[in-house]
Amino acid sequence: MTMTRYQRIQGLFVLVVGLGGASLSHAIDTVTPNPAAIFAQALAGLKSDDFDQKEIAIRQLAASGDPRSAEVIKALQDARLYYSTTTGEMVYLDDSGTSVKASKVLSGETIAVVDISAYDKVGVNNQLRAVIKELAAVLNLHSPDRTLRLAAVSELVGEVSPEKLTLFRELATKETDPAILEMLNVAVAIAELDNKDNALWLKALATLGDSLRPEAYNKIKSVLRELSGATDAESLRVRDVAQAALRRIDGQREKYQFIKTTFFGLSLGSILLLVAIGLAITFGVMGVINMAHGELMMLGAYTTYLVQTLLPSWLEYSILIAIPLAFIVSGLVGIAIERSVIRFLYGRPLETLLATFGISLVLQQIPRTFISAQNVTVKNPSWLSGSWEINPALSFTYNSVFIFIFSMGLFLALLLILKKTNLGLQVRAVAQNRAMAKAMGVRTEWVDAMTFGLGSGIAGIAGVALSQITNVGPNLGQGYIIDSFMVVVFGGVGNIWGTLVGSLAMGVVNKYLEPWTGAVLAKILVLIFIILFIQKRPRGLFPQKGRAAEM
Amino acid sequence: MVMSQTSLITNFLRHDRGGQILLAGLLLIGIAIPLANLVLPESSPWHVSTYTVTLLGKYLCYAIAAIALDLVWGYCGILSLGQGAFFALGGYVMGMYLMRQIGDRGVYGNPVLPDFMVFLNYKELPWFWFGFDHFGFMLLMVLVVPGLLALVFGWFAFRSRVTGVYLSIITQALTFALMLAFFLNAMGFGGNNGLTGFKDIAGFNLQSDGVRVSLFLASVLMLGLSYVLGRYIVTAKFGRVITAIRDTEARARFVGYKVEYYKLWLFVVAAIMTGIAGALYVPQVGIINPSEFQPLNSIELAIWVAVGGRGTLYGAVAGALVVNYAKTFFTGFLPEAWLYVLGGVFIFVTLLLPKGLVGVFQSRRGLKPRIVSP
Repeated sequence: MTMTRYQRIQGLFVLVVGLGGASLSHAIDTVTPNPAAIFAQALAGLKSDDFDQKEIAIRQLAASGDPRSAEVIKALQDARLYYSTTTGEMVYLDDSGTSVKASKVLSGETIAVVDISAYDKVGVNNQLRAVIKELAAVLNLHSPDRTLRLAAVSELVGEVSPEKLTLFRELATKETDPAILEMLNVAVAIAELDNKDNALWLKALATLGDSLRPEAYNKIKSVLRELSGATDAESLRVRDVAQAALRRIDGQREKYQFIKTTFFGLSLGSILLLVAIGLAITFGVMGVINMAHGELMMLGAYTTYLVQTLLPSWLEYSILIAIPLAFIVSGLVGIAIERSVIRFLYGRPLETLLATFGISLVLQQIPRTFISAQNVTVKNPSWLSGSWEINPALSFTYNSVFIFIFSMGLFLALLLILKKTNLGLQVRAVAQNRAMAKAMGVRTEWVDAMTFGLGSGIAGIAGVALSQITNVGPNLGQGYIIDSFMVVVFGGVGNIWGTLVGSLAMGVVNKYLEPWTGAVLAKILVLIFIILFIQKRPRGLFPQKGRAAEM
Repeated sequence: MVMSQTSLITNFLRHDRGGQILLAGLLLIGIAIPLANLVLPESSPWHVSTYTVTLLGKYLCYAIAAIALDLVWGYCGILSLGQGAFFALGGYVMGMYLMRQIGDRGVYGNPVLPDFMVFLNYKELPWFWFGFDHFGFMLLMVLVVPGLLALVFGWFAFRSRVTGVYLSIITQALTFALMLAFFLNAMGFGGNNGLTGFKDIAGFNLQSDGVRVSLFLASVLMLGLSYVLGRYIVTAKFGRVITAIRDTEARARFVGYKVEYYKLWLFVVAAIMTGIAGALYVPQVGIINPSEFQPLNSIELAIWVAVGGRGTLYGAVAGALVVNYAKTFFTGFLPEAWLYVLGGVFIFVTLLLPKGLVGVFQSRRGLKPRIVSP
């Protein structure tokens, strides 16, 4: 009879788990060829009040080889394993909120539960929890599900006892997934370093030197500590190899750290771009000092909050719904501001500054009056939670990747509007020479309102993105107003490419400075740098040339 | 000699009805308020509580800062949104002196180190805290620190001809950067909590009525002096030049005036004046912390000047008093409404009252207002 691969692994695994519990002598004694019988017996043992007895039962269960044991252990972890106080039958309790169902472990039969007090939970303590966790991981090592297997291996790296070494070697020969294989190799190498075999050591160290996992790094360090007093030639050779491996890891880590810092910088830069891009139109193109810009972003963030509150079941799409809404809300508010206040103040920038600041105070007070003075919670949809793990030393949160792509997209959209649409043409014409544009039949007043509305609407969209990464409250806008003006001035007023370059450069420089100076000082240094830069080049990185520069 | 000086003063105040009213008013409250606080019994309906005296003193400090901003903005067209930084720096200088005055009466009883330093495990006093136990040194620093910052900043800014809105934005960035810096514990200025828990000033108990009234009187005196100095500056030839710079900078430059030096000196004088206001403010409110640097404060300062009326000096004083009284009133009775009111005032004044309250009275009296919009 040829055993299937699964059976072979299972047999091996029974052996390994059995060895793991070797100190518990009668666990070994009860190993008989009938998994189902052991399973049933061990299951009954779980009802014991004595935690030591329970541990034995759990180990027996895991060692039984019965396919149901994985589920039992999972249920123990999730605290949904109960037994009936009357019949003693083990069940999984599932509380769906409205009704409670119990499915019997042995028969799989499902019954509705009327009186929950007729069931007792199988309790665990911390020591037991650790045992269960390890056993669950060992069981999952064979899972056909890649994620479960990955999690299991990841759990056990660095904790492979000499007894499990054979199992891991065996698994490594079978594994096809490169990420899991790499982890298995590291796990094997770490375990091999516990043997006193120099030939194996050199190979293991070579494997570890290629890994970025912290367990590998720590193991090499501990090997080096062990060898610190050694003088014989063989040990010295091993030590050299270990040191080389450590250097290799350090080199890799440094490289990835650099990539990471650059990405963090670009990510911060993309936030700056986001907060400045609307201002690049209202201030950059129109020359309006709009101190209420931050509040227009705040309105966008609150729009996201309202969308999530009013459509709670559409959380996954809330951002997509909020983007056009925020554009409309902030855009309309912007047009109202332009029509009611700013148009009377063209050519008087300082007055515009004060009046729009007044508007910003009023806008800040609105959510305080109608929603709450406290910050509100805006949730992340699930596709924005978590992170994209490239290797153990390099991972990016989906959030920051999203913000980066989002702000680049927004930038491109704005660029297209300004360069390719009729409105864009008119906006540029009015910015360059208002009188001439008017003479050519451009309705300059209408263009002013539309331009301001466009800039404000884009600020609203930026607010939607900001709601995903920062606290949403009445003061959200205030925190960004200085940054956004600095970006636009730094990049060069009237040049939206300058805004792109300026914001990304500010972000990257800020993040490169941070390791030396700390976050706050880095920000201060960047501000001081820009203040000095403006002294040197008052028109920013990319000054406008020609007639437009006279505006 | 004495004669000519007196005539000088009467000369530049002679045609200044607003200034005469202001100085007379200051003289009146300078006499009446201390008497009403110290002499009249508390049961008297004319008694003025120490709380009110301190509150008035606070307003007067704001008014000094407003005069300083009016000098640079109303007469020279420089809308500095960093005046709050000079105010706070003056306040910190005073705060440092007051911290040293606490001596060993702090919670930790350290005779040299202020409480927050003991708490943050400082072993010795940072070098920049030396000398602040001397009253005279502190007074000197109140002038030097804001003045020096204004000198350095103005030197760079005016020489490279940063003007208008750009100057407003970078001055705002300056005060924002300073705020972030002062929030850091490592700066050695108490971080987040700032400096507080003061006990004495020049050996006298800060909480006593006498000291409160003295601080009030000092504020009255400084406001009067600031007004006279400001009025002197703007009526002297120097003032004519800065007004010319405000109206057409390029022309003033072509005529041969060193525009940047005129601006620079005016900016430094205004900064020192604002620093003094801050130094008088801190012992009256009893605390100085980094939030004094926040850009909002500097912008509010601008709105006081705008409400009162730019380019008159006394208008700035009126604006500071009116807006701050309104603030006290609303935050006491209708805290929800205060930001609506303040925001509304910003919009209303810039749109409909470009010459401020003073402009309203002037036009009623048929006088031609003196300010020209920059």
